[in-house]
Amino acid sequence: MSAETVLFDAPGPRARRRHLVLTILGVVIALGVLWLVLTKMASANQLEGYMWSPFVTDPEVWTQYLLPGLWETLKAAVLSVIFAGIFGILFGMGRLSANRWIRWLSGGVVEFFRSVPVLLMMIFFFFGWFADAAWLPNEYAPLFGVVLALTLYNGSVIAELVRSGVHSLPKGQSEAGLSIGLSPGQTLRLIQLPQALTAMLPALVGQLVVVLKDTALGTIILYPELLTAAKTLGSAYANTVPAYLVVAVIFIVLNYTLTRVARFVESWLKRRGHTSGPLTTTEPNIVQGGAEPGEPAAAGERMVAAAAHARRARRDDEG
Amino acid sequence: MGDILGKYDILGAFWVTIQLSVLSAIGSLVLGTIVAILRVSPVRVLRLIGTAYVTIFRNTPLTLLMVFSILGMSFILGLTISDDLSRNAYWWAVIALSVYHAAFVCEALRSGVNTIPAGQAEAARSIGLTFGQSLREVLLPQAFRGAIAPLGSTLIALIKNTTVAAVVLGTAEAAGLLAQITENEGASLATFFLFAIGFVILTLPLGILFTNMSRRLAVKR
Repeated sequence: MSAETVLFDAPGPRARRRHLVLTILGVVIALGVLWLVLTKMASANQLEGYMWSPFVTDPEVWTQYLLPGLWETLKAAVLSVIFAGIFGILFGMGRLSANRWIRWLSGGVVEFFRSVPVLLMMIFFFFGWFADAAWLPNEYAPLFGVVLALTLYNGSVIAELVRSGVHSLPKGQSEAGLSIGLSPGQTLRLIQLPQALTAMLPALVGQLVVVLKDTALGTIILYPELLTAAKTLGSAYANTVPAYLVVAVIFIVLNYTLTRVARFVESWLKRRGHTSGPLTTTEPNIVQGGAEPGEPAAAGERMVAAAAHARRARRDDEG
Repeated sequence: MGDILGKYDILGAFWVTIQLSVLSAIGSLVLGTIVAILRVSPVRVLRLIGTAYVTIFRNTPLTLLMVFSILGMSFILGLTISDDLSRNAYWWAVIALSVYHAAFVCEALRSGVNTIPAGQAEAARSIGLTFGQSLREVLLPQAFRGAIAPLGSTLIALIKNTTVAAVVLGTAEAAGLLAQITENEGASLATFFLFAIGFVILTLPLGILFTNMSRRLAVKR
């Protein structure tokens, strides 16, 4: 059911007139904002041709600055997601362990890294350890800082996803596993985890959006990613504002595509219909509690509810 | 450890974190509510504007917004809020945080609206409530309850994201101060834990509060 039909009646003649007025008002305001931005930029001489033409005429803008920056961004993001996946599955299993101490230990680790800002970790790992580590070639230090910080944070988020994914499977799954004589550990590994992981797939792709955006923090510890590239490009061509805008568009297109992919994976999983549980970890943004910084819903039961919202939300998302 | 506490204004840095959090929480709540209203409105153009806002700001790194607000908006376009450089950076940080998190607030509110089954609105209408009454008595209370949990997560994320303001605020802010201390005094796990614990203290009670609240106020279906 779309929000619109919940909240509003089908419009009658008066409402339709009102909608027309609002439509015109919306268009006028949107155009007004656009005009304001453009005049402001024009008056600050930011619309000059020489600032924008290099993006089309000069291949060096792309080969020297933007594409290497994009490559570093993607490299850090992909490495972080791989390591975070491993970290997340290990600690997610730890939180589901039958052993109380392992459960508490992994719970503590996960909760700690989830509540510490990524930037704080990045700064500490880089300035504290990697920047003057003798065993590490200097040019790798920022990459290590970025990847380690993103791994710990997103790994903890994924651990939480694993846990709530397993919790939201029907109880019969683990009961069946135990009753055919599997140990609790085997039940977790062979029965529950595969199902939970499949159901988690869209959320994992969604997590990639979070990681991609967070690699931009690397600019603070001198990692030569896309944002840093925008900065050097801006000073080389004296077009700071256009450079940042172009980089913003690259980020938006990239992340929007990833969100689409996540949705596609989800609908594909649903069509395939192989998981027995509800697809708990749908719509990444809502599973993370609506916040990019990847705050997953605290408990499994909330995720089931969130999944239900997400399914409804998605239908009128195009609106 | 003791001399680090004496030499650097760690409490002051966390005070800035709290200020930024409170101001941007208010800002993003106001802005996010407006965008959410646009997104669930019955007018197609308004919905498009809301969707565009969310798509743009949810997919842009906050770091980029921060850097751009100072370098682009303030220095090049000349949109300064205060003549004092650090005050100017401070208010631009608040604006960047508000604008960025408004997109998530909007999604949180919208997901709250979307938890309401259509039957609720139909039932309200069929017992004779007017549009305003059904909105006030039936729909909005449920929408609000459904939005508590995601709003709480957004607030926690916002508090942690205030560290990104170090890009423009430097050492006045917790992350910037940690960078300075680590560079001057060398790496010390104790200092890192001190800062980390500060954020745990700020966010953990909020997380527990919001989880409890959303559980207690959950609409039984």
